[in-house]
Amino acid sequence: MSNTLWGMEITAEQLLVGFGDTLYMVAISLIFSALIGLPLGILLVITRKGHILDNKWIFNILNPVINILRSVPFIILLVAIIPLTRLIVGSAIGTNAAIVPLVFYAAPYIARLIENSLLEVDKGIIEAAQSMGATVPQIIFKFLIPEGLSSLVLTFTTATIGLVGASAMAGAVGAGGVGDLALTYGYQRFDTMTMFVTVAALVIIVQLLQSTGNIVSKNIRRR
Amino acid sequence: MIKFQQVTKSFQTKKQTVEALKGIDLTVEKGDIFGVVGYSGAGKSTLIRLVNLLERPSTGQVLVDGQPLTELKPKQLRSEKKKIGMIFQHFNLLNSKTVFDNVAIPLVLSGTPKTTIKERVEELLDFVGLSDKARNYPEQLSGGQKQRIGIARALATNPSILLCDEATSALDPQTTSAVLQLLKKINQQYNITILLITHEMSVIREICNKVAVMEGGLIVEQGSVLDVFASPKTEVARNFVRTVIHDEIPPSVLKNAINTNTQPIIWKINFVGNTSSQPLLSTVAKKFNLDLSVLSANISEIQETPFGNLIIEITGDQNEIQKALTYIKDEGFIVQEVNVHE
Repeated sequence: MSNTLWGMEITAEQLLVGFGDTLYMVAISLIFSALIGLPLGILLVITRKGHILDNKWIFNILNPVINILRSVPFIILLVAIIPLTRLIVGSAIGTNAAIVPLVFYAAPYIARLIENSLLEVDKGIIEAAQSMGATVPQIIFKFLIPEGLSSLVLTFTTATIGLVGASAMAGAVGAGGVGDLALTYGYQRFDTMTMFVTVAALVIIVQLLQSTGNIVSKNIRRR
Repeated sequence: MIKFQQVTKSFQTKKQTVEALKGIDLTVEKGDIFGVVGYSGAGKSTLIRLVNLLERPSTGQVLVDGQPLTELKPKQLRSEKKKIGMIFQHFNLLNSKTVFDNVAIPLVLSGTPKTTIKERVEELLDFVGLSDKARNYPEQLSGGQKQRIGIARALATNPSILLCDEATSALDPQTTSAVLQLLKKINQQYNITILLITHEMSVIREICNKVAVMEGGLIVEQGSVLDVFASPKTEVARNFVRTVIHDEIPPSVLKNAINTNTQPIIWKINFVGNTSSQPLLSTVAKKFNLDLSVLSANISEIQETPFGNLIIEITGDQNEIQKALTYIKDEGFIVQEVNVHE
């Protein structure tokens, strides 16, 4: 029991590594999900009827695909796409392997949230942009996104917190991270203290993320 | 400058087709301040949005400077749109950007160099009298100030046409007046043609030189503001004129008149321009053996021309009355007999 903390079965080092793994998984999958989710979210907004790139085909294909992906529970998604994961990272187990299902989980989620954020932008703003002769990319980057930015920050906060939760589940495929510790030691070995510490750690991470998101969003809104 | 030729516009909803415009012919000349007035749902909003193709006509053509915008390629259309500024009822400013950046945005879109932008924006803010607000955000401004910023933004690319979509409808009367004066200044100073839509006849009276009255997707009446105010031909136009020019006999006065004479002879006399300075009543009273009493009188100004109406009751000999009527008409007044029992 030489290196353990507060009577836990895990060492302080294990806990730190767990934290590191969680942050790594969340950060990398957030980047990839944003790269996929942001354009999809924008497409969902601008291809809808009466919007700047009104396109029935794209919208009517994209919309249900996102719904389908969103309705698969993460724990099932995790195992269902194992062949694909193996194809991409070469293994179905480990931290990197968890990133693939995490992206599949978060990208459609982000797309939907971004859609909601950007739909809040006053239609009059887009009308003003069109009356100025703005191009479609100009409307997106100079009008839609700046006007929806405050809401978009909250969107990404929500998505990040969702990823923290999902990354804990990814412990089930040996992904490492705080969630893995909780499952392996806290749950399977009945180590209550480890369970308590890991859950407390997750609570703190989520609180920090939410507060930061709120502050940044508020500053952008400048009220 | 702007020409509507047989323009119709219909919208397809799930249940039915809504015909917003049912055949519009309209010409706005260069330098006009052309007002389109109508109740909500009359189609005026659709009409103004056709000019810069926020809506496309279903049939017919809208020509701007002789050019049908619908036939332009996207790139040409975008550059053509820079010649048409637009301001909105709810201003449509970007809340995330400062006043300066809001005014600058049309210039940024067309890739204007930064130094030129700075110069132009400062000039525009000075013109609308809000130089001190450059670093503020729209939320810190009053409605009237927001519309001034909207105007500055619309003028940034030196347009030759300014479209005003209910631009003063969200403002209080005093602010409305100030914004309208600013629009007039723009029209006179820069020779910018203005097409505005409104549901307030007072806006038309204050700045327009021409007016079209819309109802049910059609223009039911149009002409110079003076003509339409002096003799509105349709019921809608009359109702609109009545909102700013009171030409009704006050009920108690009318009741008195009927009490003394069940068939009183009442004339409504309209005078426009220099006829208003003639001493009509005293001349008539001296020339003819008649008694005249004023039931209602009103004088105001439209397009810097005096404009008014007078409602009088005449008592006396039938022959004298007929002679007086001919005399008044010959002097250039518009006389209408009022039937009090209507």
